[in-house]
Amino acid sequence: MEFIIGKFNYWIYIVLMMIGFYAMIAKSNLVKKLVGMNIFQTAIILFFISIGSKKGATIPIIQEGATGDAVNQAVNVARYINPLPHVLMLTAIVVMVSTFGVAMALIIMIFRKYKTLEEDEILEIMRSEENK
Amino acid sequence: MIGRFDNVIIQTISRLLIPPIQLFALYVIAHGHYSPGGGFQGGCILGASFILMVIAYDIKEAKRMMSEKVNTIFSSLGVIIYSGIGVVCLILSANYLDYGILNKIMPVTIAEARALGIFGVEVGVGITVMAVMVSIFLNLASGGEHEEAEE
Amino acid sequence: MTAQAPILIIIIPLIASFLNVIIGLWRKRLCYPLVIITLSLSVILSISILNTVITQGVIHYRLGGWEPPWGIEYVIDHLNAFILIIVSFISFTIAIYSKRNVEQEFPEKTVYFYTIYLLLVTGLLGITITGDVFNLYVFLEITSLAVYALIAIGRDKKAPLASFNYLIMGTIGACFYLLGVGYLYIVTGSLNMADLGRLLPDLYHSKVVLAAFAFFTVGVAIKMALFPLHVWLPDAYTYAPSTVSAFAASTMTKVGVYVMIRIMFTVFEPRFSIVMLPSTEILGWVASGAMIFGCILAIAQTDVKRMLSYILIAEVGYIVIGVSVANRAGFTGALLYILFDAFTMACLFMAAGAVMHKTGETSIHGFRHLHRRMPLTMAAFSIAALSAIGVPPFAGFFSKWYLVLGAIDAGKWIFAVLLLLSSLLVAVAFFRIIQNVYFPPYEILIAGSEIALPSARNDKITLMDEAPMSMLLPIVIMAAGILLLGFFSGRIISTIIQFTVPGGF
Repeated sequence: MEFIIGKFNYWIYIVLMMIGFYAMIAKSNLVKKLVGMNIFQTAIILFFISIGSKKGATIPIIQEGATGDAVNQAVNVARYINPLPHVLMLTAIVVMVSTFGVAMALIIMIFRKYKTLEEDEILEIMRSEENK
Repeated sequence: MIGRFDNVIIQTISRLLIPPIQLFALYVIAHGHYSPGGGFQGGCILGASFILMVIAYDIKEAKRMMSEKVNTIFSSLGVIIYSGIGVVCLILSANYLDYGILNKIMPVTIAEARALGIFGVEVGVGITVMAVMVSIFLNLASGGEHEEAEE
Repeated sequence: MTAQAPILIIIIPLIASFLNVIIGLWRKRLCYPLVIITLSLSVILSISILNTVITQGVIHYRLGGWEPPWGIEYVIDHLNAFILIIVSFISFTIAIYSKRNVEQEFPEKTVYFYTIYLLLVTGLLGITITGDVFNLYVFLEITSLAVYALIAIGRDKKAPLASFNYLIMGTIGACFYLLGVGYLYIVTGSLNMADLGRLLPDLYHSKVVLAAFAFFTVGVAIKMALFPLHVWLPDAYTYAPSTVSAFAASTMTKVGVYVMIRIMFTVFEPRFSIVMLPSTEILGWVASGAMIFGCILAIAQTDVKRMLSYILIAEVGYIVIGVSVANRAGFTGALLYILFDAFTMACLFMAAGAVMHKTGETSIHGFRHLHRRMPLTMAAFSIAALSAIGVPPFAGFFSKWYLVLGAIDAGKWIFAVLLLLSSLLVAVAFFRIIQNVYFPPYEILIAGSEIALPSARNDKITLMDEAPMSMLLPIVIMAAGILLLGFFSGRIISTIIQFTVPGGF
């Protein structure tokens, strides 16, 4: 029981990832696959950001005035959460948005050529064209 | 694909809101040091202001404000600003993005030179992200005829 | 200048790519010279880097002047420099080849094609040169996005769907790689490859590191099209434009193998990847499956580009077997195979593209009597085919020799037998085409059948209608490389490859 309740945050990420993964594989509509991809990547980003948090710590912005001249004194690291995963995930979010943009452009090209977005219908059209 | 849909409320509110949105975006870019923000976030908000214009009015209005050619040039300009700052550091014989060396051409201390270098990079990133957001949206909203519609 | 070479080799194509947009919108004819100048600078810089590495040892370059565990560092050792020069040389040659192809297939997209092409080269060079696992993810995604866009502008109607399938599978692979990076960051707190190599040995017993290794391996295997995860490759490379197929086939899979070697032997020590986990045995069996499966399916194809894609899957199997036997001869064979296979695949795909440019189709039937029309192209195709099979004076023989030697040294006789068997199958696949080109069998027209030979090919006199010079020159360069480089393999091994073998082999 401790295994499930104690680590419930990891279970949430895994469930989200698997929902997205299932949608990418099992759904036949191309836009649904794309939504699944988005959920998958968002779950990974959520997982990464959560690993930087610490108990009782605040956001990683140096509080001016709290210790006098905050720029010239040492920072008490334990009071702030780890900002590095946030920065890495900023890059990952940009990658996610770009991939989504390219995928939508591809879907528009496919729609213009086949007039449908269901994968089995597209494969039918391709097969019938090959047999002609 | 998005036709003209004249709704007085939406048009009035968007006309009132778009300049403050852009001002806020510039604020977000500039305050990346000291509060949540930075290049990507500010660029997204700037792009969102143009998208709001497309939603409230028509694609042709948005293209009057930001034509496709200007958009493409902006997207390259941002990356060239970013890489250009790095190349300036290279020319001044330091490693690639070593902003501290910029204090040789500007009258600031090394720490301030680093802060200004990062700020320049963020501005470049913001410009590129804005151009790319607008470009993606216009391509999708016009159903892929964005470029041919220019003629 | 040479001290800054590691970063210049990345930012020159990057800045040129974005300058290309601005210049191309002004004058379209200036795009092609800009690309050629940029890539030739890349080749010169990569030769200078190789020189520096051979004479002075490993290069460390700190981005932004920050010390390694806190900043990004570019580390170039012999393995890096080797792959760097392969990628830059092939990108330069294929850029020369691309001019006629772009003019014929999509002239209105010239500017954007060259922009994305330069971005693709930047991404590949960045993957090769970086010493930081997250920076590798960024460059991996730059490469992948550029390839998805380039494949989709092919002329065939099926190109966007092939690119979409590649996008879905490639994103899964990159996300798995990102998860692996995340797990390693959680347990060690560092993202630098050398630093991870130092910190990880204390943690080899933990499950997180094991999961990270599994995610890395599967993610990279999707990207380099290793056997069960290769499904995206035939469609994507068949329907892509000729330039893109040639470039992607010769470089992207090889860079994927490079990433796998880095992760298995630099981030994780050889004793973890080989002794503690049976990963090399699993990879060996998977790779033998790739070899046999790729060759058998290649024999079943009627379209030349599709057949070459299946041969490419088999070639990836060869390289991974060389890595998996985990001894000096096998690893040497794998790296030599990377070099020669890059040249072979580039030559084969470029020749198929030249045939497509002249005749408009790439079916095997369309190759009949083609040696009368395009003798030089077909000679280059035959040379590359013989090298892929592994016939002695050509380059492929030397690399296959080391692979078989490595398999025998490791005592894995079954791999040696499978290597030779698959060479036989590749021979069957290629001899069909070569037979059709030089000695086609007589065709009997059955009444009511659909076979109709174009009358021009039945004439006694066929005019020589060779591919244009800008396409022919790269093909001839690649073929000459295949002919000559085989004899230099001893020198290549003694100066470069012998230093790349990981310690303990």
